[in-house]
Amino acid sequence: MALIDSIKHSATAKAHRPWPRVVVGDDGWKKAIDLLARGRCTLLGLWGDAPDVHMALLDEKAGDIAVVSYACKDGQYPSVAARHPPALRLERAIGSLFGLEAVGTPDARPWLDLGFWDVRHPLGKRARAQKPAPYAFLPAEGEGLHQIPVGPVHAGIIEPGHFRFTANGEHVVRLEQRLGYVHKGIESLMDGASLDEAAKLAGRTSGDSTVAYSYAFAQAVEAALQLDVPPRAAYLRALMAELERLANHFGDIGAICNDASFTLMHAQTGILRERTLRAAEACFGHRLMMDMIVPGGVARDIAPEGPAQLRALLADVRIVFPRLIELYDNTASLLDRTVTTGIVKPALVRRFGAGGTIGRASGRDFDARRKPGYAPYGELKFDVPVLEEGDVNARVWIRIREVEQSLALIEQILSRLPEGTTRAPIKASARFCEGLGVAEAFRGDVLIWLRLDGTGRVARCHLRDASWFQWPLLEAAIEGNIVADFPLCNKSFNCSYSGHDL
Amino acid sequence: MRRTLFENITQRVLTEPAPAPDEAALAELAKSVDRAARAKLGRSLSIRQVDAGSCNGCELEIHALNNAFYDLERFGLRFVASPRHADVLMVTGPVTKNMREALLRTYNATPDPKWVVAVGTCAVDGGIFAGSYAVAGGVEEAIPVDLHIRGCPPSPAELLQGLIALLEHAR
Repeated sequence: MALIDSIKHSATAKAHRPWPRVVVGDDGWKKAIDLLARGRCTLLGLWGDAPDVHMALLDEKAGDIAVVSYACKDGQYPSVAARHPPALRLERAIGSLFGLEAVGTPDARPWLDLGFWDVRHPLGKRARAQKPAPYAFLPAEGEGLHQIPVGPVHAGIIEPGHFRFTANGEHVVRLEQRLGYVHKGIESLMDGASLDEAAKLAGRTSGDSTVAYSYAFAQAVEAALQLDVPPRAAYLRALMAELERLANHFGDIGAICNDASFTLMHAQTGILRERTLRAAEACFGHRLMMDMIVPGGVARDIAPEGPAQLRALLADVRIVFPRLIELYDNTASLLDRTVTTGIVKPALVRRFGAGGTIGRASGRDFDARRKPGYAPYGELKFDVPVLEEGDVNARVWIRIREVEQSLALIEQILSRLPEGTTRAPIKASARFCEGLGVAEAFRGDVLIWLRLDGTGRVARCHLRDASWFQWPLLEAAIEGNIVADFPLCNKSFNCSYSGHDL
Repeated sequence: MRRTLFENITQRVLTEPAPAPDEAALAELAKSVDRAARAKLGRSLSIRQVDAGSCNGCELEIHALNNAFYDLERFGLRFVASPRHADVLMVTGPVTKNMREALLRTYNATPDPKWVVAVGTCAVDGGIFAGSYAVAGGVEEAIPVDLHIRGCPPSPAELLQGLIALLEHAR
């Protein structure tokens, strides 16, 4: 039975693809919340579209997705977070951006709005901003507790965010994050943007995942406009996505070891990362492959010398990387830092629907490339590594195994790359249409939902980074660990600030 | 580990020759670097990087400056953890309204003489994020800028060119 059939709805959106969107009343909305709270489905997204709120649900086993829409009454909707905590920050963001109120929410504090904007509710009924009340961090009380405020400006080449630690000596009792510092208002810039402009914005939501964002955005547009992508373009997209995954995993594996003061690994993986980026530039003319995936296909074909460059890269990595794995696995002082540090329990990961390395290191067997799946991954052979331990070490090993899988995927893509065109022409729809795209970035699934108007411009676009369901778990992972292990835990998560803050 | 270390000693060095300083950067700097500062700091500068709202693309390429191919430290340039230890603030991103105050405080915490290098197209005027309710604009909206290194993101080689131009002037 499709997910949508179990939820009572009054209407189905006419042009929402490839999965259905239905309009629900109180009954249907409550039923959806009930399915989430009982673990029957996973929260994939929750976003505002004043005066409505939309919620995307995922049936992991079937790979089925459904979007339910609730029309707010007097700017109010029943809180999802009241029964399903993973929705909390999304609800708070809807409150700050749209002014829509989640009735019954356990936490009505603002999110993303830090009190520096001239307007309140920039995506809803705009109003002049008033002087904000001081932000109240959650209390942690007891003898010997002290607070350590960190950020927004951190010590290093990192994005900004605020972490409020409450510690007892060295042990962290509570961590509370406050994010939103790099909020750029991407969703407001999307309103009325042409497809070209919108694709550029999507590709700069989180620079490290620019390929994955462009991928998901293109999927959403193509779904809305019912466009078919040429097979060669589909393969080139996957090639870019795997190169991006490789580069980021190399960087992360080294950076995690570096935060345990094992700089040798950092230096070595830095070389592999650089070689990967140079190969990407040789193939597609840009080191991060920005703006290469566009609605309809890809912006340019692979350079004639590209495949040879990639084969040389693969050969090089296949010699060096196994030695680095051995080095990691045989360095007791390093493992002493990573094993049993920052554990995230599998039940929590499942509940939050946390994807990517964080989910798979804690037993959640989910990868958007496999389910719901998208072209050309159905034609390619790859494994999705899963571990149960959920510690920093497991998150390193998932990355190691995924590097191996990406190498194999790149090999397959090169040997099977179809001939033909690389871009289908865009035909704007004369009517409103909606599309949903899901792509697996290196840190987890990116979801992009959009509505196009009758002139081919974006009427509304929502982008949901994997980090939304991962950041809260970092608060859980650090509990009971020592303060000095926080950088290690944080790096092993490597959540996106920009992707989250939008 | 021994094998990896040994090979590092015996194999050819990965570090590439330094690029020539960027002409446009030299011209921009001619206005701002004063002689007293040059005499004091010589050819060794400490850089504090501040993300004032970037998409993190620029950060990736700034990170790359430390890898074996670019080896920034050979020029006497190094990244430090505190603005109080810094001679140069390297700022990325459009300055978001949520970060403007933090950027200003970081600038004020950096001792004189100091330079500000704005990195990336967004850092010039807000780039594609200009005009948003949440974006103040380029870095100059918040603090004075001595050098812009453009690009989306600028490649590590372009970053090096800009920084070497800064060193040439600081000499």
